[in-house]
Amino acid sequence: MSRFGEKSVVISGIGQSEIARPSRKSALVLTIDAALAAVDDAGLTVRDIDGVATWPGRMASDPGFGPVGASDLKEALGLEVNYFSSGVEGSAQFVSAFNAINAIHAGLARHVIVFRTVHEATTRLQTGSGTAFAVPRVPDARFQWQLPFGAMSAANWVGLYAQRHFHDYGTTREQMAQIPLNCRLNAARNPKAVYRGPLGLDDYLASRMISTPLCLYDCDVPVDASTAIIFSHADHAADLRHPPIHIEAIGSALHGRDSWDQRADLTTMAAFDAAAMMWSRTDLRPDDVDTAQLYDGFSILTMLWLEALGFCGKGESGAFIEGGERIALNGALPLNTSGGQLSEGRAHGYGYLHEACLQMRGQGGDRQIAKQVRTAVVGTGGGPLGACMLLRRD
Amino acid sequence: MLANDAPLPVLTPETTPFWTGGEDGALMIARCSACTRYVHPPQPICPHCLSREIAPVRVSGRGTVASFTVNHQRWLPDMRVPFVIALIELEEQPDIRITTNLVNQPIEAAAIGQRVRVLFERHEDIWLPLFEPDGETGE
Ligand SMILES: [Zn+2]
Repeated sequence: MSRFGEKSVVISGIGQSEIARPSRKSALVLTIDAALAAVDDAGLTVRDIDGVATWPGRMASDPGFGPVGASDLKEALGLEVNYFSSGVEGSAQFVSAFNAINAIHAGLARHVIVFRTVHEATTRLQTGSGTAFAVPRVPDARFQWQLPFGAMSAANWVGLYAQRHFHDYGTTREQMAQIPLNCRLNAARNPKAVYRGPLGLDDYLASRMISTPLCLYDCDVPVDASTAIIFSHADHAADLRHPPIHIEAIGSALHGRDSWDQRADLTTMAAFDAAAMMWSRTDLRPDDVDTAQLYDGFSILTMLWLEALGFCGKGESGAFIEGGERIALNGALPLNTSGGQLSEGRAHGYGYLHEACLQMRGQGGDRQIAKQVRTAVVGTGGGPLGACMLLRRD
Repeated sequence: MLANDAPLPVLTPETTPFWTGGEDGALMIARCSACTRYVHPPQPICPHCLSREIAPVRVSGRGTVASFTVNHQRWLPDMRVPFVIALIELEEQPDIRITTNLVNQPIEAAAIGQRVRVLFERHEDIWLPLFEPDGETGE
């Protein structure tokens, strides 16, 4: 399997700003906080960083979602980069990580810092709106097929997927509730999580609907936060402060339509393409995975990721998570151990990667998984967005 | 309007037939004349056979509810909630889907498999294709 370039790349450092709703800091300050923490964590200096990548880059149309570009961090830290990129198109939030991995494997750079910054809590307070689409005309042609019908949020687009899953497989709200309930149990052990108070099944079932069958607790929590991950060539592993975390395999595929509503099978999503690719690049199997950190922008997406990755059969995620024991911190497959985006906050993709690294290093604090975590899978994105990584430590 | 003040599309040469066909009561979907498959959203080449002989044609406007969701959240200040967002599979080719609103029936009547037909609602230069029940339900 050595022909796969990602195996020559390691995660060398991780860093994260505060997670707040809202933060008093600007998005750039949060980004700098995360970046400097990651550099220090790696045992490198800022001058060692010769690459930078981010997703989605600076977005004038949605400054809470895309407040800071690769150029902003390059300039702020005076980086002399041999590789830099940002942009919203590609394999979900992880396309910037994959760009970094590819750049390192190609010899373009040695240490690439990848970050994801969100300032959605502040933006919501400033605009008084939960949507960036309160405008007369659709600002991005990709969304013209949904927005004119009042389908103005991913909650609506994902609600359509969830309803079909419920219909085809008999999935229930009681089953789906285990995703946010598990997150909240884990968040209670995470001092950075924005929601740490108890959440019971009755609270869940009584909460208001957003877009059926998704209720308030099925939707993640907008925050201000930045996460930075440094990718390095494995040749530099000996110089690092912590044991390296190896990139065992990546999944970047999108074989189905790049669309929220045209995918052939509405009970699958891009995650299925990405997961199949990832497993084709490793000898490891789902049974080898010690923890899963899977996108929970909406609860049903985590369930679809569990199916996509083969932890259960297609349509069987409801039964798989029923009762919650299997995905609990001390269960067979500890899931979203930081509290996920549903309770820790919507760090948007890279929060899962950060958490997987903490768990693999044994730095999970009160939420550290009891068994040794040697292999972790991280999946991000929903609908036409899907990307995953299998991480391994020696 | 069902979803008050939702942003309208910006017309382009490729999308104008879809968004304005309602002026003539027509749901216009791009179709490849080489392989006869429909393609949506409209684009200038057929992704199946790579023929450039692709043009909008009028379809029946009949279809089936592939999924739906009842939106309860007021995304815009004047939005009237709840309302039904649905995904319709067209009768001519089920993998052609349209995200839309289901109207002219009680919200709780929405069902996957329900047979529906198109109607249009004009907003400025756009005719939004909405759907309503079409006879008996599929299940
Ligand atoms: Zn064709």
